[in-house]
Amino acid sequence: MTSETVHAAPRPTREDASRGAHPPPLRRLGDLPVAVMFVLPAAVGFAAFYLWPALRGLYLSLTKYNVLTPPRFVGLENYERILGDHLFWNALKVTAEYVMINIGAQTVISVLLAVLMHRLTRSLVVRGVVLLPFLVANVVVALVWFWMLDYQLGVVNHALDWLGLDRVAFFGDSALAIPTIAMVNTWRHIGYTALLIFAGLQMIPRSVYEAAALDGASEWRTFWRITLPLLRPVMALVLVLTVIGSFQVFDTVAVTTGGGPINATRVIYFYIYDLAFNRFNFGYAAALSSVLFVLLAGIAYLQLRLSRTGESDLKGA
Amino acid sequence: MAAPSAALRRRRRPPSIRWGRVAGWAVLVLIMAATLFPFYWMLRTSFSNTRSLAFGAADLLPVDFTLGAYRRVLGLSTTAEAVAEGGSSGTVDFWRYLRNSVVVATTLTVGQVFFSSMAAYAFARLRWPGRDAVFMLFLTALMVPPIFTTLPNFVMIKELGLLNTYLGIVLPGLLMTPFAVFFLRQFFLGVNAGLEEAARIDGAGHVRIFFRIILPVSKGPITTLAILTYITSWNDYFWPLLVGKDENVRVLTVALGIFRSQTPQGSPDWAGLMAATLFAALPMIILFALLSRRIIDSIGYTGVK
Repeated sequence: MTSETVHAAPRPTREDASRGAHPPPLRRLGDLPVAVMFVLPAAVGFAAFYLWPALRGLYLSLTKYNVLTPPRFVGLENYERILGDHLFWNALKVTAEYVMINIGAQTVISVLLAVLMHRLTRSLVVRGVVLLPFLVANVVVALVWFWMLDYQLGVVNHALDWLGLDRVAFFGDSALAIPTIAMVNTWRHIGYTALLIFAGLQMIPRSVYEAAALDGASEWRTFWRITLPLLRPVMALVLVLTVIGSFQVFDTVAVTTGGGPINATRVIYFYIYDLAFNRFNFGYAAALSSVLFVLLAGIAYLQLRLSRTGESDLKGA
Repeated sequence: MAAPSAALRRRRRPPSIRWGRVAGWAVLVLIMAATLFPFYWMLRTSFSNTRSLAFGAADLLPVDFTLGAYRRVLGLSTTAEAVAEGGSSGTVDFWRYLRNSVVVATTLTVGQVFFSSMAAYAFARLRWPGRDAVFMLFLTALMVPPIFTTLPNFVMIKELGLLNTYLGIVLPGLLMTPFAVFFLRQFFLGVNAGLEEAARIDGAGHVRIFFRIILPVSKGPITTLAILTYITSWNDYFWPLLVGKDENVRVLTVALGIFRSQTPQGSPDWAGLMAATLFAALPMIILFALLSRRIIDSIGYTGVK
């Protein structure tokens, strides 16, 4: 350990100085041959499964393509069709409703949970328990709740019975299906989101709270006047991540309602999937994916702008 | 000096704070109970007899205790036995799907983490023209929603004749993900340059430095990334659903979806479904039990940097 440090300490400075002063012509390529070797596998993966499909997706969105016969170029026809496609607008509406309920509930409960954990306990067990649902698959979570919320035998409906309330067809009622799916995924994500916020809470200096306590501020007031404002940059990032993730809901819908009843839960991911793999309308599905891409980029941009993510209120203090 | 003032403060506003803490704990316990109950219900139902569930739908213990659901799900019971306990006559074999999930998640994790760390090393520690431009290009891929590349990737896997093969399922993520490269680069940037320089003086090349210094020194973050990658690929549903429905390569999530769609609409095999669901979730729960501290600590710095 010691010998290493002694040997190494002066070396880098001498190296850097000589490089900075007169770059020898042969050094201009630097470590290029070695670097190519190191980057090559990842570069192939990137080119083949990110870059090329992105370009190809754009091209396919301008074609009629059923996978079996070669694509036929049709210009902007697919994009024009979107305007009059009431199923697409329905999918967008349904997805937006899902995102609002999911993100709204998830954010409120997660903030509550994070603040409670921060104020009450550092217990790893508590944090572990609340994170547990996040570690099992969406499909697992969907099936468990599908069972618990079953109209006939589900334990939740039996509890409602016992309380003297009417049974509820959670997944079968077109007005309730989206809120139900939103709450199921909220259940899966609150622990994860709370831990993200918890990490943000730990960055707020203790001195701020001590000052508030000295001034006699109540817990309630401290939360609204100090915790929440100082948490803003973290909350903004968490919201960008969770909103974009929420728009991509698919698994839960696919294994529970399959888009029904009628089109009540035909969210945008499921609609695109259905178009491509059940109706073999790949060109149109690709066009919808492009629209979704632009939409998500726009939402992320707006969120970042509105929330001034990069700035922290701590700097001034 | 400090003690009396603290005591004074405590005396000045006693009960309100303590009641606040009690209420806080009550909410916390409530949230934890709501988190754990569905797991218990999964367990309780999986040991029940589907035919008897209707007679004890709200019982807290298994109804008409039996291991039949597990026997059905693992392909151990005859059709007659299965039907007698409310299962369907179709056969499923979750041992095989478990094996498929292990193969897929392991290959994907090893390949993705290894090749991504190679690339991250080149981006973090080597000097070469175009390095930053290539890195930025990699980063733009973080912003593209998966479905945009998923459809063309499906077409490519189909053209390569890799539908319903392990290779077809793992290939798109085997060589890199932008996130993995970005994540590892951050850590490699922070590795002490002195270590590297000392090795170079001893005559070590970049390959040796990568294997002997960078990888061992970054064991922590690499393990964290590997665990997260394993969990993510284990739980993935969309991509394997598209390219790997065939029984030979069907992973657990896809198998659950198919099992659910095959179960009779009017009287689903709930015990079988819950046994299968628990069986699919159990490896991740065990992994979490073993590595909880590392997984919990990783949430802070992978989500928000």
